[in-house]
Amino acid sequence: MQVTLWGTRGSLATPGPETARYGGNTSCVGVVGREGTVLVLDAGTGIRRLAATIPESVRRVDVLLTHLHMDHIQGLGFFAPLYRPEVEVHIWGPGSATLRLQARLMRYLSAPLFPVNLSELPCKLTFHEISSREVDIGEFRVCSALVCHPGPTVGYRISAPEKGVLTYLPDHEPALAVLRFPSLPREWTSGGTLAAGADLLIHDSQYSAAEYTGHCGWGHSSLNQALDFGTLTEVKQLVPFHHDPDHTDTDLDRLMAQAIEETKPAYQVTPGIEGAIFEL
Amino acid sequence: MSSPKPIQIILARQLASSLAMPILIVDTEGTLIFYNEPAEVILDQRFDETGEMPADVWSGRFALADEARNPIAQEDRPMMMALSERKPYSRTVWMRCGHREWLHVNITALPLIGEGRQFLGAQMIFWEV
Repeated sequence: MQVTLWGTRGSLATPGPETARYGGNTSCVGVVGREGTVLVLDAGTGIRRLAATIPESVRRVDVLLTHLHMDHIQGLGFFAPLYRPEVEVHIWGPGSATLRLQARLMRYLSAPLFPVNLSELPCKLTFHEISSREVDIGEFRVCSALVCHPGPTVGYRISAPEKGVLTYLPDHEPALAVLRFPSLPREWTSGGTLAAGADLLIHDSQYSAAEYTGHCGWGHSSLNQALDFGTLTEVKQLVPFHHDPDHTDTDLDRLMAQAIEETKPAYQVTPGIEGAIFEL
Repeated sequence: MSSPKPIQIILARQLASSLAMPILIVDTEGTLIFYNEPAEVILDQRFDETGEMPADVWSGRFALADEARNPIAQEDRPMMMALSERKPYSRTVWMRCGHREWLHVNITALPLIGEGRQFLGAQMIFWEV
């Protein structure tokens, strides 16, 4: 599979010269299989540019939402395939205890927040509630599980038929309420089973270690925690992701180097930079 | 290695780890998958040493009797009621671990229900009266 980062920023789109290299678009990752299956992980502002790369011949696109915080759905209304009648768009994501996924998304894609209502979109639109389950989408096996983040939030583990496992945990706080992280085995750690042995783990790393102490319970990880999580789950490569809007390119370079020096991961760490492509 | 745990169970363990009340967490089969430090006193064992325990093993660690000191059958114990009926169950009982003193405690067992009404297990809280 080919994995492309189209949006790596967390919380708020952050364009500007000081974030030009890591990128300012919010969470969106494209996955294309060898047989042509197209998956879109989250619909942050990066999804607009992703849409422009989908060939005209593609007739089905699956959008996998981890949760419905604004930075993960803001680009959805600007996703070109939604306006093509010949395209099937399948949107997967968590419902809540009281509202189905479609109703939850309607809160954004309706007045007064958006001019086009979900029901007016010309594509063939299907919604799939997903929490903890396994499904086959095209050539991929997709496993999802609820993870630690405020509100219903899932992570995804995507396996290609012959080889290659991608785990996507963009908003994740596995260290919440754990006195010393990581201290428990991975089956007792949020997201641990999803990430176990993954070839590529894309993981929340919003804060520096110092910043995390002031943001416990906000649903995110420090860079050091992300690296420690990678060690716990024995991944082969980690992409720190969901960068804080206040972190400039210079800040991120410094924080990455510092975290790697402190945690000394035995696997490869590749900074989450918009436009980066990974072949698994 | 034990089986992967759903996030609700992981969070229940983390909450129990930071509370001073004795708490036991079981899975859908009644296997004791976690107990916190205050509960270690009741079971007279440490979770780090025992790990998970099947229902017949952990429930045999202590005797339960009703207010009149009549023994309470396994199937009538609060945790088993919460598991079988999937409803909260609370009862004041006498409890004894090994040859120690009888304790007068209230036991409340709560089923843990996840999204989509998925039954995940139960937790039991002890409260000395």
